[in-house]
Amino acid sequence: MPDRADQHAARRADAADRARARALRPARRDDLGLRRALSDRLLPFLVAAMTFLAALALAGFSASSDMAASWRGAATTGVVVQIPNAGAPAASGHTTRRDAVLNALGAMRWVSAETPLSDAALADLLRPWLGAAAANLVVPLPAVVVLRLAPGSSMPADAEAALDRLAPGTMIENPGIWVTRLTRLATSLQALSFLVLLIVALIAVSVIAVATRAGLAARRQSIAIVHLLGATDGFIASRFARRLGLLCLSGAAIGALVALPVLLALGRLATPFLPAGGTSAATANLVALALLPPLAWLIGWATAQIAVRRWLARLT
Amino acid sequence: MVVRLDKVGLRYGPAGAEEALHALTLTVPQGGFRWLQGPSGAGKSSLLRLLYLEARPTSGRLAVLNTDIPPQGSPAARARLARLRRRIGVVFQDFRLLPHLTAFENVALPLRIAARPEGQIRADVQEILAWVGLGRRRDAHPHELSGGEQQRIAIARAVVHRPALLLADEPTGNLDDVQAERLMQLLREMNRLGTTVIVATHNESLVRRHPGPALGLEAGRLVIDDADGYYQADA
Ligand SMILES: Nc1ncnc2c1ncn2[C@@H]1O[C@H](COP(=O)(O)OP(=O)(O)OP(=O)(O)O)[C@@H](O)[C@H]1O
Ligand SMILES: [Mg+2]
Repeated sequence: MPDRADQHAARRADAADRARARALRPARRDDLGLRRALSDRLLPFLVAAMTFLAALALAGFSASSDMAASWRGAATTGVVVQIPNAGAPAASGHTTRRDAVLNALGAMRWVSAETPLSDAALADLLRPWLGAAAANLVVPLPAVVVLRLAPGSSMPADAEAALDRLAPGTMIENPGIWVTRLTRLATSLQALSFLVLLIVALIAVSVIAVATRAGLAARRQSIAIVHLLGATDGFIASRFARRLGLLCLSGAAIGALVALPVLLALGRLATPFLPAGGTSAATANLVALALLPPLAWLIGWATAQIAVRRWLARLT
Repeated sequence: MVVRLDKVGLRYGPAGAEEALHALTLTVPQGGFRWLQGPSGAGKSSLLRLLYLEARPTSGRLAVLNTDIPPQGSPAARARLARLRRRIGVVFQDFRLLPHLTAFENVALPLRIAARPEGQIRADVQEILAWVGLGRRRDAHPHELSGGEQQRIAIARAVVHRPALLLADEPTGNLDDVQAERLMQLLREMNRLGTTVIVATHNESLVRRHPGPALGLEAGRLVIDDADGYYQADA
């Protein structure tokens, strides 16, 4: 009986030993001394800074795409007729100014449909420009009629003058042209943000490649020896990739943490300009921000793999 | 044949420079033993360098462990060469220990590269360290060890994974006579168990005490190929 217990205890100690060995294995193996050769100072700091820039570029990208979307919504409303003082009697004296204009529009052949907007619809229309305040303005709003043009026809040049005769002060404006310009601006901003992202990624790759090169130079002798002992390129490259991936991941995590409050604040500044219930951009930004550290890990890992393998190709 | 050279030449400089090894033709059979002798600068280390695949022949044909080694400048299957190197143990003339690793980690390296289980690594490394008399120095770094101790670590690293081919370049250079005898005992034991062993040395007295088949180099040429030396692997 004591024999059995002894064996049992020995087996358990053995198993514990093995478990400890397994546990030590991945974390502590630093055959090439890369913890010293690739220090945890400069590179994570640089990666953190780049991650911060990337986060700002992302925020710019999503903000400009949100604005473009809301402006584009305004563009589909078509030609707008504004009738100030709509309730007052028209020049002819028979009807209100509003009805006079509506009647005249109904008779015009280039108009296929005319829709007077309710106050709520008007507030919606103004929201892209004025934000939430559009719903409770204290100044009196003009009556607004939205026209759809008849297919194949365009607005005659004297249309505004004709309406002005019926109800002086009536204006026709075509916001489409402004929306086109603003949309173009937003698109350029988006392209710019994307370019910044791309440049940051390119700089990241170069910085990591340089760091890898420095690490290779610092450990040239050790690598040559390990190579002679039969290590494959994959063995050596994976040690560098693991180390650099870790450094990039930690740097990017710090950068993303620092960027988080900035993005939240920017998001709060932008909400008034979003379509009602427009929180999508902020959420998308946070998701993108959370993706930056894994992306940085991937860039670090892959760059190191490629740089090391290219360097090793020179060894016989 | 574990080692086969057919008119192998090695040149370090550019084309036209003098050859360090010239038209070497020799074979070493599976399980064989060879002393590799010759004056300083004769090309002993260069020949070993070809055999552990650090250098490639500039002319002739070379095969190691029944694998043809492509000459310098021609593409090689890197993974295949790496696999081959793992079956070769080398005691370098200048040791080539990794300075940032402890004695234990240095000796463990070939096993790590071969992805052996950690438990086996610990047992094997501890055993061989004890054998070379450095069991208690396992946590010392190379710069904390004497020349002879470093050499013994280098020897332990060369044999810990039981290579098929063991190449030792002046392995007794820093050892006293007792340690040198102990090393010879280890080499003969490994040879008896089937490892092919080639030992380059100037140590005449060691060779006299352990006579055996010998290769002699002089100025890069093979001048002695005495495969019938009276040392017998199974004596
Ligand atoms: N890396 C190198 N580059 C250029 N020439 C070299 C190189 N290594 C060795 N040589 C030359 O090749 C010749 C053979 O050198 P090798 O090191 O093989 O001699 P050795 O027999 O091992 O000498 P020792 O007994 O002193 O170690 C020498 O003339 C040496 O100068
Ligand atoms: Mg030599």
